[in-house]
This record gives sequence, C-alpha cells and structure tokens, in this order.
Amino acid sequence: MSNDHIKPQKFLDELRRLQNGSVTRRHFLGVTGLGLATAVMSSAVPGLRPRKAFAEGLSGTVNFTTWPNYFAQENIDNFTKNTGVKVNVTIFGSNEEMLAKLQAGSTGWDLFVPTNYTISTYKKLDLIEPLDLKLVPNYDKAAQDPRFTGPGTIDGVTYAIVKDWGTTGYVVDTRKAKIPETWKGFFDAANGPLSGKVLVHDYQLTTIGGALKALGYSFNSIDPKENAEAEKLLLATKPHLFGINSDYQPSMRNGDALMSMCWTNDGAQLHRDIPEMEYRLGKDGGEIWADHYAIPKGAPNRAAGYALMDYLLTPEVNAKEVISNGAPSSDTRVNKLVPKEMLENPILYPAAEYLSKLEFGAAETLTSPIRAEIMARFKAA
Amino acid sequence: MTDARHSRSLTAALLAPAGVFLFFLLVLPLAVMVIYSFGLRAPEGGYQAAFTFDNYLNLPARSKAFTNTLLLAPLATLLTVLLAYPMAYFLAVRTSSRWRNTLLVMVMAPFWTSQLLRYYAWMMILGSKGIPGWLAWIGIGDVQLLNTPYAILIGGVYGYLPLMVPPIFVSLEKLDKRLLEASADLGARPLATFMQVTLPLSLPGVATGSMLVFILLMGDYILPQFLGGGKVYFIGNALVDLFLQSRNWPFGAAVSVALVFIMFITMYLYMRFVLGRGDQRRAVMV
Repeated sequence: MSNDHIKPQKFLDELRRLQNGSVTRRHFLGVTGLGLATAVMSSAVPGLRPRKAFAEGLSGTVNFTTWPNYFAQENIDNFTKNTGVKVNVTIFGSNEEMLAKLQAGSTGWDLFVPTNYTISTYKKLDLIEPLDLKLVPNYDKAAQDPRFTGPGTIDGVTYAIVKDWGTTGYVVDTRKAKIPETWKGFFDAANGPLSGKVLVHDYQLTTIGGALKALGYSFNSIDPKENAEAEKLLLATKPHLFGINSDYQPSMRNGDALMSMCWTNDGAQLHRDIPEMEYRLGKDGGEIWADHYAIPKGAPNRAAGYALMDYLLTPEVNAKEVISNGAPSSDTRVNKLVPKEMLENPILYPAAEYLSKLEFGAAETLTSPIRAEIMARFKAA
Repeated sequence: MTDARHSRSLTAALLAPAGVFLFFLLVLPLAVMVIYSFGLRAPEGGYQAAFTFDNYLNLPARSKAFTNTLLLAPLATLLTVLLAYPMAYFLAVRTSSRWRNTLLVMVMAPFWTSQLLRYYAWMMILGSKGIPGWLAWIGIGDVQLLNTPYAILIGGVYGYLPLMVPPIFVSLEKLDKRLLEASADLGARPLATFMQVTLPLSLPGVATGSMLVFILLMGDYILPQFLGGGKVYFIGNALVDLFLQSRNWPFGAAVSVALVFIMFITMYLYMRFVLGRGDQRRAVMV
C-alpha cells in the first residue's frame, strides 16, 4: 500500500477501531492522513485555525486545584489546544487541606475550587482576590440560580463564581443492602447489618455533620455538647466501619463497601456505571453545597487562571463538565444544553421534600477547633 | 604547621556545603519545630506564639497512633528480614555470577514504578475481589484484609524488601569463603557453620537494612493511608491530619518532637543491646 492515500476498507477499519476505543484519536488521524489534511486545510482557511483570539498574552502553565473525579479531561485538553497554556491539575481531599496549604503560602495555584462555606474565611484571611469580572465575560450573573450566588459575593463584591452545586447523602449497593431512610438509619445500619462494609468521608463537615443529623441536631452545630454526642456516636461506629476515605468510588465499585457517604457527582457517576448503586438523601436533612471558582492572591499565572475560569464557564463547555462529572450547574444557560434525562435525574435534582431540609455548610465549622479536633480524634481512635 | 593549617582549611571547605545544607534543612527546621510545639493554635488554624506545655500533655490523645506505629513498624521490619535473608543468601552464595546481577536488578525492579500505583494495585489484590475472593472460592469465607493491620504488614514487607536485600547481600558476598572451609575442617556441620560463622558475620548487613526499613516505616503515612484506609492509623497520618485538616500546627509540632525522641531512643537501644560494639562500627561501614 502506498503512503499517499488510504484504501476505503482500511479507513473504515481504522474508524471502527477508533470508535471501539482501541486506538487513540491521534493514531487515527495519523494513519488515515486526516490529521495532515486538516492541518493543510486549516492553514488555508482561517476559520479552521485553532482559536487564538482570547489567548493573547497567555503562556506557560496554569495550576488548577480541584476535587477528585470533578472535571472533563476533554475541556482541559481543549483549553490547552486553544491557548497553548498547559493545565496542571492538583487534586485535594478536603476544604480544610486547601485552606491549610493557602495559609502556609506560596502554593503557586492560579485557580481553585473552594466550597461555599469557606469563601468568607478566605476573604477574611486575605487569601483570595476580588474577581475582575471584565476578565470573565462568559459569566452572566442574571443567568444564575439565586439560591447559590450568596456566599461568593461579600459586601457587593464578587470573590468567587459558582462552578456547580450538589448535595451530600449516601450511596448504597442495593444488590446486597437496603437503603436507609435517614442519617439515623445510616448509622444504625453501619453499626448493625452492614458492619465492616460502610465508608464515611475523611472530611469533618460531612462526617460530623452526618452524625449530628443522626442525633437530630443541625448539620452545622458547633455546640460543644451536641458535638460531644456526635463524637461518641462516631467513636462507637468506628470499629464497624470499612474505612474513612473521601475517595470512596474504588471501594464501592470493588464491592469492599456496600454503603458510603456520597456527593451528588460521585452518586451520579456510580449509578451511571452500576445502576444498582442508588444515591439517597436522608429524610432528616443533610448538606446542600455549591463549589466555586476563585483566584488566590498572588497567583503566578493570574491571566491564565482567569482565562481557564472563563473558558470553563462558557455554557457549551460547562455543559460538558456537567455531563462528565454529574454535578448540576447553577447556570440556566447551561441547563438548556444538558440532556433532558440528566435534568430529570433525581440524583442531580432531588424532590422538594428532601431539598427543603438541607442546610448549606456554615463558615464557623471550617475554623471551629471543636470540629477539627473531633475529626482528628475520630481518625486517631 | 602551614601544611596542617592548609589541610584543615581544605577539610573545612569540603565540609562547608554539607554543613550549610544540614544547618538550613535539619538544625533550623528542628528548632522551629521545637518552638512551635510550645505555641497555641491560632483561631483560624495555624500557629500563634505562646508558651504552654498543653500540646505535650495532650499527647495521650494520639496514643493509638503511637502504639500502632511502634507495633507494626518493628514487626514489618522483622518479617522483611526473615524474607530478605534467604533471598540475599541465595543471591550471594548459591547463584552463579552470570545470573547474579540480573537477579539483583529484578529485586529492585518494583522501584521503577510509582509507589502510589503499587499500593493502588495492592488495594485491588487485598480487596474483596482479590485474595479474600479466592479464599471464599475454596471455602474460607468472610476474610477481610484491606484496612486491617495485616494489609499494612503485607504492604510493608512488599514495599521495603528491595531496600533490605542489597545490604545483606553485600555483607554475605564479602564473606571470606575460607572461613567456611575452616569451620568445616574443624568438624562443624553446615548448620553449626551457618549459626556460628555466616550469620554473625552478616549481621552488619542485617543491621543496616533493618535500620533503613524501620526508620522509613516509622515515618510512613502513604502505606497506612492506602492499605489502612483510615482504620489503621500511624503517627505519620496523625501529623498529616494535624497540619492539613485540623491545622493545629503546635500540637502537630509536639507530636513530631515526640516521634523524633522515640526514634532516637529506639535506635540507641537497638545499637546498644541488639548489636555488639564491633558490629555497630561495621554496620556504619556497610
């Protein structure tokens, strides 16, 4: 076979291999000559050139700090293709760790994803900058669901923009376990029929919050007496737990755990791959949250941080984020682009009777020494 | 006289880089740690200057982490020695020189992939679809390995075996084979020769290897994080939590000081009682 052209049968074979996922796109474009053809054409037709319009003055690497299983790789790759800026993604396990790193200084981060209840503390400690909204033209406040824009705006100044929102409940492998109705039921099952098969988060807000809910208190309590009771419940449960881990998908998929505390996006991902994995909110309440994009003070590649944030907030791009990680957007423009099945998915959009009981995390829980110590003692027990 | 002064300044010049390195990266941080350990947690977390012994009085709150580490680190070290010694003996004494280097490289081969990847692989092997699954298949049901002390021991031995084999190998390879012949000539059976000649002469290698592995295990936090899953908790994990989650730096500093102190005492006792004085010197030489 000559190298100059490709026979139709071979082209179809290669296309099928690409569709099966047994070869990469790059390989496909290479062997079929499509890559070269596109490159030649694009140099002749200006409209086909990679868009560099908004990439002016951008270079180097942008350091993006976020959560596990929480971004669409395709979007990151496209950003690099459009701007030439490499994206270095760092994964964190808790807001407390993010705060600790920023307090210690010189993180080198350009863009990060704090949760609603932490933003006022970042502002107070002067760790994030007021956002220059001119640099985020794709953000439209009018299109935002007003339930979520509160925490990012302090004294009328925007410090953070909502990435997506979700809830904290639990995921149950219904092939082998029954779904508890409430947080009390969650802890009863962990201490009883599901002993040795339950995971809780390695995260004070949700783990202590869940125990507080099981006892009938507020998810956000910092009352010493109520927290002492929550600690007692957690310590009594610890011997029965499979583990304490915020990266619980591997253990659930592997069958080591049958139930875990769970966030919307992980619940949606698990349910998508294994339909018997059911995500549920406690009837007695729990957490509703919104993650935000924010720029740390002194970001070394600030311009690229803004550019990445703006790119990810572009409705078409943001829709891909939602589809990929399963956390719903607060942007009405994005919701129009998301498949109907997702908008009707009760994991993403819980029924009102569940939703009305949920609480947003409170800023005091982040800095409360009581909660910090209880979590540390629970883990060290 | 000038010669002596000249050689002394040369020595000083040669030692200066290491001295500066040690001062800025060991002495100074150690001093900061000790100072912090008497401080207070700032309201938003971090450090606030103060002088209090509270952090040290609070140490029993982490007693489980200390006992876990002090029990499992020596046990894993011991198991690693028991497994590494026959391997090193085989390589040094029974293997022809043609194969020796290839086999030594194979012992080290696991180090070529990332430690995280290897522990992720062990999460699968020890998880319910791995070894416990096979055991259930032959009728031994309901075994849990992952997130138990056994997983830490298995992971510890696996992870640190490649560090234990080479020092023992070197001390066995250097062994003067004529001593073994002499022992046989004097009527000792192979077992007696091994116990009275080979083993004592290879102890320095065992000592070096065990110290290396023990020190690393004592400070490890990735192994318990992955294979202990928050259930088997080491001092290393307590430190990560205190600095990153609770942001209680002063208490974290006190736990660090306690860890350094315990290591110091343990190493001292080990050198003093487990090894004779001569072995001590040789252990350092290997």
